[in-house]
This record gives sequence, structure tokens and C-alpha cells, in this order.
Amino acid sequence: MSGSSNKKKPATKLVPVPSTNIIPERDINKSPILEARHLGIDFGGLTAVDDFNMAIGRTEIAGLIGPNGAGKTTVFNLLTKVYHPTRGSILMDGRDTAGKSAIQVSHMGIARTFQNIRLFRDLTVMDNVLIGLHHEMDYRLSGAIFRLPSFWRGERIARERARELLSIFDMQDMASYQAGSLPYGAQRRLEIVRALATGPSLLLLDEPAAGMNPSETAELMENIVKIRDTFQIAIMLIEHDMNLVMGICEGICVLNFGRIIAKGTPEDIQANPAVIEAYLGKKGE
Amino acid sequence: MISCLEGHGYTDAGGSIPSPRVFQKARFPLHSGHPMGIPRLRPGDGHRMFAASSKKRETREEVTAQMDLSLIFSQIINGLQTGSVYALVALGYSMVYGIILLLNFAHGDIIMVGAYTAFYAIASFHLHPLASVLLAVLVSTVLGVAIEKVAYTPLRSAPRLSLLITAIGISFLLENGAQLLFGADTKSMDTIVTGNAALLGANVSYAALLTIAVSVVAMLALTFLVQKTKLGKAMRAVSEDMGAAQLMGISLNRTISFTFAVGSALAGIGSILYLCAYPQASPTMGSMLGLKAFVAAVLGGIGSIPGAMIGGFVIGLLEAMVSAAGLSVWKDGAVFAILIVVLLVKPTGILGRQITEKV
Amino acid sequence: MKEKKPIRIPMPLRYGINLALILALWGTFAALIGQGAITNYWSGILIMVGINIILAVSLNIATGYLGQLPLGHAGFMAVGAYAGGIFLKSTPVADLLKAGNEAACLPYVIGALVLSAVVAGIFGLIIGIPALRLRGDYLAIITLGFGEIIRVALTNIDSLLGFKFTYGAAGLKRIPKFSGFHLVFICVVLSCTLIHMIMKSRHGRAILSIRENEIAAESVGINTTYYKTMAFVVSAMLAGIAGCLYAGYLGSLYPATFKFMKSIEILVMVVLGGMGSMLGSILSAAALTILPELLRSVADYRMVAYSLALVLMMIFRPKGLLGSYDFSMSRVLEKGINGLRGVNTGKGGGAQ
Repeated sequence: MSGSSNKKKPATKLVPVPSTNIIPERDINKSPILEARHLGIDFGGLTAVDDFNMAIGRTEIAGLIGPNGAGKTTVFNLLTKVYHPTRGSILMDGRDTAGKSAIQVSHMGIARTFQNIRLFRDLTVMDNVLIGLHHEMDYRLSGAIFRLPSFWRGERIARERARELLSIFDMQDMASYQAGSLPYGAQRRLEIVRALATGPSLLLLDEPAAGMNPSETAELMENIVKIRDTFQIAIMLIEHDMNLVMGICEGICVLNFGRIIAKGTPEDIQANPAVIEAYLGKKGE
Repeated sequence: MISCLEGHGYTDAGGSIPSPRVFQKARFPLHSGHPMGIPRLRPGDGHRMFAASSKKRETREEVTAQMDLSLIFSQIINGLQTGSVYALVALGYSMVYGIILLLNFAHGDIIMVGAYTAFYAIASFHLHPLASVLLAVLVSTVLGVAIEKVAYTPLRSAPRLSLLITAIGISFLLENGAQLLFGADTKSMDTIVTGNAALLGANVSYAALLTIAVSVVAMLALTFLVQKTKLGKAMRAVSEDMGAAQLMGISLNRTISFTFAVGSALAGIGSILYLCAYPQASPTMGSMLGLKAFVAAVLGGIGSIPGAMIGGFVIGLLEAMVSAAGLSVWKDGAVFAILIVVLLVKPTGILGRQITEKV
Repeated sequence: MKEKKPIRIPMPLRYGINLALILALWGTFAALIGQGAITNYWSGILIMVGINIILAVSLNIATGYLGQLPLGHAGFMAVGAYAGGIFLKSTPVADLLKAGNEAACLPYVIGALVLSAVVAGIFGLIIGIPALRLRGDYLAIITLGFGEIIRVALTNIDSLLGFKFTYGAAGLKRIPKFSGFHLVFICVVLSCTLIHMIMKSRHGRAILSIRENEIAAESVGINTTYYKTMAFVVSAMLAGIAGCLYAGYLGSLYPATFKFMKSIEILVMVVLGGMGSMLGSILSAAALTILPELLRSVADYRMVAYSLALVLMMIFRPKGLLGSYDFSMSRVLEKGINGLRGVNTGKGGGAQ
């Protein structure tokens, strides 16, 4: 089971922890897995994100919502260092990520999916997941070239683990399919599996339910909670589907024009007039 | 490897090349005008230690000073002349890259076709030089547009690598086709523009002055075209956002074809001016010339019109300097070294702009 | 009726099948040459085929697998050729060959091949580190620039050094001709095996992931800079080996051989065969070496046909003849066996 450490863990069979229907208490008092302090970025003259403060609990499912263009994906890009913040800091498990690259931040335990799905389209489903497991296999180039025992061991374990991960979404029989030929929903799910394969402590999902019908969305909701319970990781999602957000998120952050306009539990958010105004406009207009 | 741009006035290439030559200085009186900006040496200036025969030595030093300066000047003119040709070709590269993000490897070979057209027009059909020039420019333009229609339009939505490979293929098709049709030998012809002018103590050919003047005029005309005319505006719109431009009612095909036409016409003009300096045509003359003009376009900032001019002149002057230093065999290497330095230090070039990718 | 699971041939047996195939091929050629069915002339052609195969599959690493377009491959071939040639000229190999003592040459030849690979690899590193920071078109032109600089340097460096090193445009001559069919065949097999072993491992998948989607690859923690450089260096090293074999085949080297046009010829082989398909590169390298010989009578039209073929291929079938299809004898057998049993083996090809 993956935790917040980056040490190599022996492959184990996943033991799903049955999820209760009680929403777990926000474990914000234990040190948060991620803290963003006064995060901000300017693109030339445009301030895309400003004074973004957020803390995510270790096993929290958090939501980031807001109208289109509010800067949600920009926040994700800042957290994963695709963009480098011009202001503020990000602390991942207590460690500052300043100056780190996207690759280094990934090793620190953040994984993500993309709004526009960035799969390795010409490769198989299995290959996509195996690339996520790249660092789980630790044989060196010489091991690969001379096919040493470390190669065979690493590959075998990685493939078993990949099949386990794919079984979360019941995709293990699609292992040899070409990723680009999968239906849209399956591609989104594959991206989540690939992200999970890296063994993160925090999973960022960018619009995971986009293009899904209600029954697929309901299934996704169950799966996200199952993932959190099984792997004991924190998950933050950007979503426009309010059923999903209000259904599984424990803490929600609302963004508009790059700034946070509300933060709280689903009940708080739903009653918040600023949020209603941002989505629906002011009464009487 | 072709040697089209060797012989910057140091070698005697049979007398038909009207490039300024060092040893013609002797024909000019010693006191013809002031060298640029530097006061003439006066008897006694800094040479008081040499008491005797100071007058004779001073004269010799005056000569040396004037020779050096007019030497430098003629080198500069040389550099500007070849640089102008590079600039005209670079303009074509820049325009095409700006609009469809293609490095048109075939561009240099359009010059070759223009040169052969002029050659056959003058030598075989005995047309008036002016008619040959116009014909060469016309043929170049038509060829450029034809290539675009046949080879590049079908690939407009293909990955850029495919387009690049196609351009390389067209380039080789032209070169090898020319070799097949015309033979691999170099064809010499009479110079179109002859005569020299005395300028600032150096022997400057009319051809050189014409080349530089034409390229400056071309750049100004092109800038006017792009900034002030409707077609120019369409070109700019297409280079910014192809989809949005179409939505605004701009005909993509016509705009792109027009861009190619202008670029190829400039290449045709460039080929004529090149022939003024080196009146020979060979199948591979365009390849090295095209490559260097391409470096010029990158140096100045690909997609930028003034950048192409600046890049062209810089590359031309660089080559002149390298030759003047006696290292003319390293000329090509120097040009490519500049390319590498630019790409490492500032890939967008002197005047280029950044394009960022959306994540 | 219960659904039958498809039979998959296990790994050790797959390697055995491949080895058997290779030995059969080798045996066939060796027999044909030994009995004179293949003349000296044609065995020379086969050697060139082998050299071109190594060039094509090595370029394929950087174009087909890594997804870039380096245009300076001939430069790596050149440095390998000159390194090997200069080295061997300073060894007693020439005399040993004249005396018919081929066995004693072997350590020197292996030394030359290793040296060429290392020298070319170093150049690959020097050029790759700056070049791989650039994307797409810019990488293409910077590698083109480097290739040309290498050619110019090889032509003129003797004047800088003050002594005869490369012999410049006059050519490096009297290199011992050590490239026999068997040596080249072994080198081809080893090169292809090396590439196969790398690509079917986590390192190869990392390289492919960069081609597919570099940003996604970084997001899952793949060190893209390291793998881009690795692919580039391996590609350069193999080109260096091909260059060394080339030197040992022709016996003399001229810098003008290694100009931009040569890089394009190699690129044509890769593109025509299908970028990302090793079998495609092998077949098209063979075809593009043998066809010009068969069409000697129309040699003038060769280059025109070449260029035309390239353009037409890009317009009508940009993926090349074989696309990114990777051949596997074992997979062919599996399909056959399972087809006979009436079992569906599923979509796509498994990554084994």
C-alpha cells in the first residue's frame, strides 16, 4: 500500500478497505500533505492566479471548482511545476518545492491527470501503466541489455502490479489494446491508473468526469473513494459536475478570476452567496 | 561541394567577375579623398622618431592607411553584397515559416531554377537582359507556388516532421532534376551588370551597389506590403491563428499561395543579383546558398522581415571577415557555428518572438 | 463452449526462435558466398547493405523511437569512420592482412570498432546536450549545422593541427580493408539486438513516452533529458560503428562523402521503411542499397526517383511502408497456432 514515503515498497496484493458511508473527519490537524501559501503567477501583464492558500489533508478528497477560465488548471500546473510560481510557496509533505522541476516534484509524490488527456496514444494500455511504474523497476541499462535476472524480476513484478492497478477499473483484459483506440471514458480511467502507478501521496485529477454520462460518473465517484481508501492518499479534483463534487469532496475551494472566493465543506459552499453569484450571476441582472 | 561564394576578390577568376580587387588600388591617385572618418596622416604625426626620410615613409604610411581602410571598405561592400542576396532569400524563408511553420528547404533551389532560366534566356534564346530577368523572376514565382500547391497543401494538417521531410524531398528533386536536364557542369555566362564606381578610395562594382540597393528596397516594399495592405494583413492573421483567420473570411489557400509567390519572387530577384556577382549556374548552387540564407533567417529571427535583412547582412559580413582573415576554407564552418551559437543562446533570433505551448 | 485462452510463446523460447532464424540466415549467406553463388561483387553489395542497415536502425532510434529529426547523422558516421581508419592505419593490420593472418587482426579490429563507437558517442553527447534542449525544427537545423561543421573540420583540420591527421579533401587512403561479410553480419545482428533489448525494457518505454507526449512523461517522473540524451548517444555510437565498417570496406575516406546529402539518404531509408519500425528500416536499407545496383543502367534517374519517392511517400503514406510495425517471428507463429485453434488473440500486439 502506498503511503507518503518514496522508498521502494515490495509489491503486495491490494486489500481494499471497505468504505463506510460516513464522511471521514478532515484530518487537517495532522500535518497536511500539501500546503500552498500565497501562491500566484503572472503571465506578462495578466495575473492568472493570486494569493492561493490551501492545505490538503493526508487522506482528504478535495475539490477545486470555479467558472471556466478561473485558473483551476493553472493551479494544477503550478503545483506540478509545469509553470513556476512567481509568488508564494508550495510545501509537499513539509518540504518546499521551490526551484524543483516537474520531474522532481513527481518524485516527491504528486501525480496528475490532464484536462485534455495526455496518454501515450500509440502505446498499449499495459505500456502506459508500465511507464508510470518506471521507477518501481530498478534494473539498470546493463540489466536490460544483457537481460540479467534483475530485468526479468523487475518486469514481472511491474506487470503484476500493472494488472492489479488496471483491475480497479476492471481494465485488466484491455492490457494489449492501443491506448489511442480506447473509448473516451476508458482513456480517462487509464490516465488515472497511470498516475496511480507512480505511487503518489497526492493525486490531482483534472476534470476526470468530463464527457461521462451519469452512470459512468456515479461509477467514477465510487472508484475515486475506493482509491482513496485503498491507497490512503489525498486526492484533489477539478470538476464541473456538481453532483460529483458535492458527493465525494470533503473540502472544496472555489476559484474565480484566479482568486479564492470561498472555502469549506460542500454545505458551506452550496449556501455561499459569492459562489452562487460567480456561477449564476447577481440576482436582478 | 560547390565553391560559388569563394573568391571574394582575392583570386583572379578569369576577369569576368567585377568584384573589387585589392591590387587595383595602384590606379588611383594617392590623395583621392579622405578615408571614412579617419583623418589623414600628416607629416610628422607620431613619427618624429624617424627623422630622416620621414616624407617618403609618411607617404607610404598614408598609402598603407588608405589601402587598409579601403581594403576594409571593399570587404564590407563584399560582405554586404553577398549578405543582400542572403537577405532576399532569407526573407522568403522567414515569410513561409511565419505563415505555415515550415522550413522550406526547397527555397534555395528556386534560386537555382531562376539562374538557369536567366542563363538559357540569355545564352540560348538571346533575350534582352531585362526580359531574361523578368522571365527568371516569373519562373521562380510560378515554381514556388506550384510546389506549394502540389506538395505542401495536401500536408497542411500533417505533423510538421512530415512537411519538413517533404520539403527536403522537393529540394533534392529539383537539384537532381536539374542535374539530369542540364548536366552537372557549371555554365558560365556574361555578366548582366558591368562596370565599377570609385567610392571612398575603393573600386566598387555597380553590381554590388545595385544588389544592396535592391535588397533594401525589397525589404521596405515588403514591410509596406505586410503592414499596410489588405493581403499583408491577411498574411499576418493567418500566421497568428489559421482557424480564426478562416473564420474571418480570409481565404487560407490564396493567402498562403500569395506568401509563397512573394517569397519565391524575392528568391528570383536574389538569383539575378547573385548572377551579377558570380555569373555561373550549376545544379547545386542553391543548396549551400539556401542553407546559409536559412542561417541568416534564423539569426535574425525567423518570421521577422527586418530580422531577415539583419541576419543576411551579418552572415555576409561574417563570411567576408573570415575570408579577409585568410581562413576562407572555414567559411562554411563559421556560418554554421553562428547558427549553433544563436540556437543555444537565443533560439528565436535577434528579432524573433516566443511561441509557448498550452498545457 | 468454454472460451480458449490464446497460447503465448514463453520468453526463453522466443529468443531461441529468433536465434535460430538468424543462424539460418547467416548459414544461407555463408554457403552461397562460399560456393560462389554470390560473386565478390554482390558480397560487396551485401556488406554495404549491412552498413546501411546499421545506419538506418541507428537513426531510427532518434527519429522513430525518440520522435526527433536529427539531420546530422552523417557526421557521426564520419567521426567513427575517421577514428577507426586513423587507428587502424597506425596498427600492423595492413601487413597482417597481406600475410593472410586474419585471426591476429581481430583484436585490432574490435579495438577500432570500440574506438569508433566511443568517439562517435562522445560527439553524440557534445551535440546532444545542447541540441536536445530545442524542439522540433530547431533541433533539425542545429544538428544539420553540427553535421556540416564536422565535415568542414575534417576537411581543414590538418592545417590547424600542423600535421597530417585526416588528410583533408585529398582523402585518408590505404586503410586496411578488414570489413568482410561475416564481420558486418555480426555487427548488424549485435546492433539490432542491442536496440531491441533497450527498446523492450523500461528504458525503451521511457524513450517512446517522450515521443508520444513529453509533458505527460515528465509528469510521471521520467527524466526526459537523460533519456533523450541516451537515445541520441546510442544512435551516434552505432552510426560510428557503421562508419568504421565503411572505412574498412572502401579503404579510403573523403570528407565530401559525409555531407548533408548523406544524412538525407539515411533519413530516406528510415522514413520509407516506417519510422519506429526496425524491420522497416532493415528492409528499406536493403532495398535502397540493392535497387540502385540493379538499376545501374538508369543511374541518372536514381536520385530523381529517390526524391520523388520520398515526396510521394510523405503525401500518401506518411507512416512509411510498415508504419511503426515491429516484426516478431514468435508473434507470427502465435497468430498461426492460435488461428489454427480458432482462438482470438485480441487487438493489437503485446509488448514483449
